[in-house]
Amino acid sequence: MFIRSIRAAVSAVLVVALAAGCGGVGSSGKDSGNATVTLTMMGFGTGDEVAQTRFDAANAAIAPSSAKASEGSFSAQQFLSAVASGSPPDLVYLERRLLGTYAVKKAIVPLTDCVEREKIDLGQFRPAAVAEATLGGTLYGLPEFYNNRVLMINDTAFTEAGLDPATFSTADWPALTAATRKLTAVRGGKLARIGFDPKIPEFLPLWAHANGGALVSEDGKKAQLTDPKVVEALTFTVSLINAQGGWAKFKSFRDSFDFFGAKNQFATDQLGAFPMEDFYLNVLTESSPDVKLTVAPFRGVDGQPVDWITGNAWAIPAKSPHAAQACKWIKTMTESGSWIAAAKARAAARQAEGAPFTGLFTGNVKADEVIFKDVVKPTGHPGFDKAVQTVLQTQQAGFSEPALAAGEEFKAAWQDAVNRVLSGKQRPAEALAQAQQQAQAALDKANSGS
Amino acid sequence: MTARRRETWAAYGFLSPWIVGFLVFLAGPMVASLVLSFTDYDVLTSTDFVGGENYRMLLADPKVRGSLANTMFYTVLHVPLTMAVALGLAMLLARAGRRSAGFFRTIFYLPTITPKVAVGVLFLLLFNGQVGLVNGVLGFLGINGPDWTSDGAWIKPGIVLMSAWSLGSTVIIYLAALQNVPRDLYEAAEMDGASPWARFRAVTVPMISGALFFTLIINTISSLQTFDEVYTAFFGSANQQTYGNDAALFYVIYLFQQAFQFLHMGYASALAWLLFLIIMLITLVQVGLSRRFVYYESE
Repeated sequence: MFIRSIRAAVSAVLVVALAAGCGGVGSSGKDSGNATVTLTMMGFGTGDEVAQTRFDAANAAIAPSSAKASEGSFSAQQFLSAVASGSPPDLVYLERRLLGTYAVKKAIVPLTDCVEREKIDLGQFRPAAVAEATLGGTLYGLPEFYNNRVLMINDTAFTEAGLDPATFSTADWPALTAATRKLTAVRGGKLARIGFDPKIPEFLPLWAHANGGALVSEDGKKAQLTDPKVVEALTFTVSLINAQGGWAKFKSFRDSFDFFGAKNQFATDQLGAFPMEDFYLNVLTESSPDVKLTVAPFRGVDGQPVDWITGNAWAIPAKSPHAAQACKWIKTMTESGSWIAAAKARAAARQAEGAPFTGLFTGNVKADEVIFKDVVKPTGHPGFDKAVQTVLQTQQAGFSEPALAAGEEFKAAWQDAVNRVLSGKQRPAEALAQAQQQAQAALDKANSGS
Repeated sequence: MTARRRETWAAYGFLSPWIVGFLVFLAGPMVASLVLSFTDYDVLTSTDFVGGENYRMLLADPKVRGSLANTMFYTVLHVPLTMAVALGLAMLLARAGRRSAGFFRTIFYLPTITPKVAVGVLFLLLFNGQVGLVNGVLGFLGINGPDWTSDGAWIKPGIVLMSAWSLGSTVIIYLAALQNVPRDLYEAAEMDGASPWARFRAVTVPMISGALFFTLIINTISSLQTFDEVYTAFFGSANQQTYGNDAALFYVIYLFQQAFQFLHMGYASALAWLLFLIIMLITLVQVGLSRRFVYYESE
């Protein structure tokens, strides 16, 4: 059944693409930038006040034209079909790490002209976010959120284990192993508390960076998965999981967490500490505002804070029918005024709910300055207030992975390697050596066409 | 034009929607995918002819071997299990009274209409090694259940067990076949002193062998194409993809990843054709064997 669907989809794409090549499909109209149009998009929904407020502001900027939200997350399948058939949306909202892949395939256009025409101040954006949206020196997306990774610590578990959350650090790996063992709780032969979750595979780039390594070269063309620093980082993080009963038990227990609910792993004392994206602070303030939480920077082995950042971006597809208005729209969507208005709307909504507001961490430096100076007020929960300040300080140490021409394949290669190690099929060096070959082959092939 | 000729054209006229649909949505795409399987095609850039390179690559790809092995393992366990349990349930239903049979028939069929995505999510909840209901029941019986959803050795057996959730269609087919077995055959066998097992072996099985063969073919093909529930459980979200376990990587999931995650449409087409050949081969073997085991009353 599914095979039939795939065959149908592939062929439909082929047929439409051929038709488009003959000039039968797609918009040939020129975008003067003044016509009244409705911009189409993929990957963006106006599900909350932060999205809606900026969306309204961006629509006002292109009035009497407007944009229509797609109300769905980015789907590669949907986007590719649209681009290949010559009927792309005007805008696409996707993870910044995907931009390189689509840029190489010319599915999205460079924003050089857009930035120049609309006089977009790139200095307002955080450099790490801009770097993530830049391939070969060319910008392909305007950055949105700035997802920071910090250490979140369950004070209750630490107190019970006789540890001090204030001095807990990821810099000293032997001490981290010892703390993990102390924090881990087993009852009746089953895990009752994960002591420390290193969050691998997905956070391997963070651990590698913390150990002085990197998964890929700065220009994004050379995989560095066999770098001894990367191998060491993987070996260590896997050892942390093995010290807590091994991957199968660890993951089963973690899968049972009520991650977004009132009975989350902090509220129910099921987790000692983990590195996590800053958005989770908002989850905790909403679902369990009374948890005893300490937030600290994730530190490298040199003791310095390390903050791996990711996020989404706005890009303009190739053959976007109304590229000029799309450019104006994304300029407004990502500028400081829109973010500040969105933060005020979120603060008002949280106040109406009687819940604290811990701010928005955006890719826009100017927006963050105003939001955290004027909009965010003390929450009444010292732990969360301190957490917000910690994230703000940690942001200065933000780094991003470079844009890659074969981002998905590269990621799949190293994540599969980590999973093979976690399931006991391979040792770290062996798994990463295999991944290195796969990743480099994918990068070489993708870059050869760029 | 003769009446017969007019009738023929009318028949073609009525058949034409199906013929057009077949050509546009099945035959056309199949030919297109066959052509694509000899190309390097990523939807967005130019299509390059690469000859048999995709087929050479898939023969050397360890993930093809792994995903095929997973799929075969699942099929070999799932098909007999489904057929045996479904036959058992159908025989119980055949013995039940008319009103209660209707009730239980509905109950057994209900899971079949559950969306497969929901079945995937349900699998994760029921089979969680730490807090799942399945291990809870096993624990009550003094058995320390495995980590079904995270231990590579237990993921496939868990999926096989979960697959029994949707055997309602097979039960209904067997029930219909059982109800068509002439009663006088059982009466004659009983008068000859045949035991219940002998009656099952010598009367029931031959008389429903057509239905057994049909479900064998259908279940085998659908098992080899398993996607939805396993993809939902292990690869459906970005988070699940991150933790994707090779033990749950079924063939069609790998095909999907190659096509829509990595944009290797040519390679994915080659994968699709390999699966097509495997299914055809298995089906031909099953059809060949059926000549020895399937009894058609009309023959």
